[in-house]
Amino acid sequence: MKIIRQLFLLLPALLFSLLTLAQSKPVEMADTMRSNGRIYVVVAVALTIMAGLILYVFRLDRKISRLEKESN
Amino acid sequence: MTNEKNYMHKSWWKLIAVVLLTYTVIAGFLGPVPHLPLLQETIRNLYFHVCMWFAMMILFTVSVVNSIRYLRTFNLKYDIYARQFAVVAIVFGILGYITGAIWASYTWADPNKPAANSFSTIARDPKLIGAAIALLVYFAYLILRDSVQDMDKKARISAVYNIFAYAILFPSIWILPRILPSLHPGNDGENPALDVKNDIDSGMRTVFYPAVIGWTLLGVWIATLKIRFSLLKEKKMSA
Repeated sequence: MKIIRQLFLLLPALLFSLLTLAQSKPVEMADTMRSNGRIYVVVAVALTIMAGLILYVFRLDRKISRLEKESN
Repeated sequence: MTNEKNYMHKSWWKLIAVVLLTYTVIAGFLGPVPHLPLLQETIRNLYFHVCMWFAMMILFTVSVVNSIRYLRTFNLKYDIYARQFAVVAIVFGILGYITGAIWASYTWADPNKPAANSFSTIARDPKLIGAAIALLVYFAYLILRDSVQDMDKKARISAVYNIFAYAILFPSIWILPRILPSLHPGNDGENPALDVKNDIDSGMRTVFYPAVIGWTLLGVWIATLKIRFSLLKEKKMSA
């Protein structure tokens, strides 16, 4: 459990280090998408897919664990 | 073959996989990236496309280690390990190939030429051919396995073949593409994925390395599920 707590502490630190990095060059990026906030829609969709897949793998894990218990 | 409890039944590393992948998706889309012409926002594919190859290489390494363990002990358990890790690694390799094809068609294709012309140039790229060779060698591994009926013979032949396949993997995806001209990043001995001088900045590493670990752990998770299922099946058949 200690490792898990440390990981959760590490996460915001990593995120913050990303936000502090500055940049400025006139290359066309998806700035419109970010300025009106629509990029978050993409993040939401990607996260939903991720969550769905992980939930699926998790349920498979549970099922196989149950089978293992039965066979022992 | 017993059902002893081991790392496959622990949940802490599965939780790490979920946390790291969530971080990858959030920071991968929202974090700052270098503004480069042509690549533009597609540089974020580093967290997805490149990670597929990294995960593939790590899983193939686990597979070959288990093949060697099999040859040392002749315990069929290790043959199952080797096979399932190889299968998941192949899946990651195919995903890497497909995502690379999508990425290339938006960054390498010449808009002034007909699409077919660009395709023939891209299809001749040594990095793509090298990766295709590596994957085909591993397809042959699966075909070879399934063509042998006898359990012990199957395990032994495929373990030896797996070592050969692993020996061809790195020349074809690391050495060969580095010495030939290519559209893919990483010519003249440069790093194909993490070229700090020209392509990525150090900030991207704070997402890239967690992403590699996350995707690899997801692959390990799926592989261990397949292993546990195979061991159960084996147990049922021998009972």
